[in-house]
Amino acid sequence: MKDMNWLAVYPELVLLAMACVVAMVDLWVKHPRRTPTYLLTQLTLAVVAVMHWLYFDGGFTVYGMQRMVVTDPLGHLLGMFAAVSVMIALAYARPYAEHREILKGELFTLSLFSLLGISVMLAANNFLIVYLGLELMSLSLYALTAMRRDHAESTEAAMKYFVLGALASGFLLYGLSMMYGATGSLDIPRVFDAIATGQINKAVLVFGVVFIVAGLAFKLGAVPFHMWIPDVYQGAPTAVTLLIAGAPKLAAFAITFRLLVEGLSGVAADWQQMLMFLAVASLVLGNVAAIAQSNLKRMLAYSTIGQIGFMLLGFTPTVVSNNTFSAANGYSSALFYLISYVLTTLGTFGVIMLLSRRGFESEQIDDFKGLSKRSPWYAAVMAIFMFSLAGIPPTVGFYAKLAVLQSLVSTNDATYIWLAVIAVVLSLVGAFYYLRVVKVMYFDEPRETAPIATSTDVRVLLSLNGAAVLVFGILPGWLMMICANAVVLALKT
Amino acid sequence: MGLISLAIWLPIIAGVLLLALGRDENANAVRWMALVAAIASFLVTIPLITRFDSSTAAMQFQEKLEWISRFHVNYHLGLDGISVWFVLLTAFITIIVVIAAWEVITERVNQYMGAFLILSGIMVGVFSALDGLLFYVFFEATLIPMYIIIGVWGGPRRVYAAFKFFLYTLAGSLLMLIALIFLYFKSGSSFDIATWHNVPLTMPQQTLLFFAFFAAFAVKVPMWPVHTWLPDAHVEAPTGGSVVLAAIMLKLGAYGFLRFSLPVTPDAAHQWTWVIVALSLIAVVYIGLVALVQQDMKKLVAYSSIAHMGFVTLGFFLFNELGISGGLVQMISHGFVSGAMFLCIGVLYDRVHSREIASYGGVVNTMPKFTAFAVFFAMANCGLPGTGGFVGEWMVILGTVKVNFWLAALASTTLVFGAAYTLWMVKRVYFGPVANEDVRALSDINAREYLMLALLAVAVLWMGLYPKPFTDTMHVSVTELLKHVAISKLN
Repeated sequence: MKDMNWLAVYPELVLLAMACVVAMVDLWVKHPRRTPTYLLTQLTLAVVAVMHWLYFDGGFTVYGMQRMVVTDPLGHLLGMFAAVSVMIALAYARPYAEHREILKGELFTLSLFSLLGISVMLAANNFLIVYLGLELMSLSLYALTAMRRDHAESTEAAMKYFVLGALASGFLLYGLSMMYGATGSLDIPRVFDAIATGQINKAVLVFGVVFIVAGLAFKLGAVPFHMWIPDVYQGAPTAVTLLIAGAPKLAAFAITFRLLVEGLSGVAADWQQMLMFLAVASLVLGNVAAIAQSNLKRMLAYSTIGQIGFMLLGFTPTVVSNNTFSAANGYSSALFYLISYVLTTLGTFGVIMLLSRRGFESEQIDDFKGLSKRSPWYAAVMAIFMFSLAGIPPTVGFYAKLAVLQSLVSTNDATYIWLAVIAVVLSLVGAFYYLRVVKVMYFDEPRETAPIATSTDVRVLLSLNGAAVLVFGILPGWLMMICANAVVLALKT
Repeated sequence: MGLISLAIWLPIIAGVLLLALGRDENANAVRWMALVAAIASFLVTIPLITRFDSSTAAMQFQEKLEWISRFHVNYHLGLDGISVWFVLLTAFITIIVVIAAWEVITERVNQYMGAFLILSGIMVGVFSALDGLLFYVFFEATLIPMYIIIGVWGGPRRVYAAFKFFLYTLAGSLLMLIALIFLYFKSGSSFDIATWHNVPLTMPQQTLLFFAFFAAFAVKVPMWPVHTWLPDAHVEAPTGGSVVLAAIMLKLGAYGFLRFSLPVTPDAAHQWTWVIVALSLIAVVYIGLVALVQQDMKKLVAYSSIAHMGFVTLGFFLFNELGISGGLVQMISHGFVSGAMFLCIGVLYDRVHSREIASYGGVVNTMPKFTAFAVFFAMANCGLPGTGGFVGEWMVILGTVKVNFWLAALASTTLVFGAAYTLWMVKRVYFGPVANEDVRALSDINAREYLMLALLAVAVLWMGLYPKPFTDTMHVSVTELLKHVAISKLN
């Protein structure tokens, strides 16, 4: 077989093989805490993360599977973070899942399969591969959401997620078929070349772009395609919410980058306007609606919408100056924004699960009352996450906002500077509800004094997660640099 | 590690250690550790002034490390005649705050002390940052500990006050963030403040930048009409919080005007100086009148702070040396005096648990030693010659006369209003017959309270009788700044 280049897909092969092995092994596991399955899964994820890191560090770009997939530093960087975020999510989730009787083999197998889908998307060089990965990830997540079969809310959330997700996939697929019709190819680089010739029917092309952007917006959860986010975040078991809120966002970034930037930058002027609208609408709706929530998971869902809006701003500044510096600057800011956001979100949901016990979901904001008296340490960790989401220095969230804002201001164009002003004004609105969580933890009296009991690994991991948000906030240079390098290399090819 | 870094990180590290290790069971050890840390942090700032070279306007004790290479941000610190005294003031006030909290704070002592130590280090960072982004990071980071301090140890409406404080300040500084990023690109990818001082800018650009900076600093100073967060924050904050707010945090805004607004946008500053002067005079006259009718002592001192800070901004925008130096001297002396006033209120509040003027009367009969201090600080607050309060006001008024006699006349009404609201409060609280049983039961200040008030009294007297060391250090830096501001950046 010519041009297969298996080397390019080693991480995916490992994931696929191990997902099957984990499913098999779990059949023989009698341990109530599923320790062998859990350890095997974590080992797999660690190996995959290390492989991605080594590929990323190599800095090369290789095509494989007859140019259906590409392995480049951007994909591997995201792959590494995706694997790590699934690792963290599963570690936080285990005690929580155990108390809710969803600690089954499926949790691990489906997580691995969803990560496989994410990895496939990250490596996609072809429209169909993008779609394949997307469906693999989504189907695993739908099933995970529905894991608590006897729980009405979870089932409802899974139903909503499935119906709307399928609709979004339909949009995307329809858009991709338009692209195929217009350019005669499904290969991302060939589509790019075809558009660059200028011979393409613009009407069909733009029509297709609209559907692609709509499909992507669904997956990212940008307004007006956000409706599923609050319900799914709230309804899904928190362990699964964590899986949905982490790695899939990185994948959504990756396919947005692959489709819009690598494939369709010839019509960037068209999709940038759409993204601008999506970004501002998400910022407004996400931040304003979050104020009214009393359920923390729902509030975080709306906050996600706002954060995604902020991240999308990083995709807008290209056409103005039309040089790669400005584009690379914007995309790498968006990438940095997303990675810091995922890092913070993981920790936030980790704290929510930490406070949950058997038969008690700690998901109302009021459940955090007086946390600083019950446990000063976790209150401080949660406060760090909240300040990071609000973008207050010295936390990583501030530099994320700074990076995106500077990419807007660097265009030296009035429209973009106004966008930056709108973004900061709305992040001020956002600061209010993040501060409210801090207020509840620090200023209010505790409603209960039960000590917080959890296993050592979760404690250590949560503390490390908080420390990472703070350390990247004091020394963000390294993370910014690798994001910038990855994007620059991806744009060159 | 340089001296300035030590002054920043020593209290921060000590504060973090207190947060991590302290418990309410060993509160006394926590207090002593906090005191030792605060004193040590103050001691390391002393060489900054003794080794300071007053003959040059250059930045001294500079430290420069690459920080975020992607954005060319440096960890760049340094002090000149304008900023050096504020570093000492910050470290000094922190000692006072620790002493003031000794017996008063009994819950979550380690968090209280830790928050103040961290805050102190961050504020030193604001005064010594020479990199725009570093300045911003420190400037914003002050919000977190202060928010916690007001919200946890504050009065009944503390939540409202804490949110108002946080959101008001954040609103202003976010606009400044955009201004900083804009300057970064205008200056060819540099966050260095000294480089910004020499970036040519057109008038519309300068105007927008000027107002973006104005938004951040005017809220922080605070200037009328964005002052409304301050009375709330002061009233609800615990004594230590009020002291730090009045003595140092307000100065961050005024300092920002000198470091950014004047030198980066000189033409806009000249063009819009009337706005600042008008707002400053409103603060002096109108807020002075508002202070007169307050029932709550803390609110009265809060409004008096706004009026005094109006004097500072007035002095800065006169564009002459007397005005700017006067403003700076006023900032330092106000740091001591307002801090002391809040401590005095704290002393009474700890005993009677009321801040209402009407709850007192005839305190002198039961607390003679305390009253001596309180009256002394009240005199300083109304600018009595011989106290620190006089020097700054007098210099600013002289500076104003040079510009316009009638403005000066208006500004000097502060001496009347200041005396009116302060002395009237003194009369109602301290003098007269003993008003009620609470006052009769008062016990005079103990050694700890005596110590903290005496330290501040010495500082106030020193500033009033021999202000030369202060003005000498500032002289060269201020003249250099004025020379710079006189050069247009248009063309």
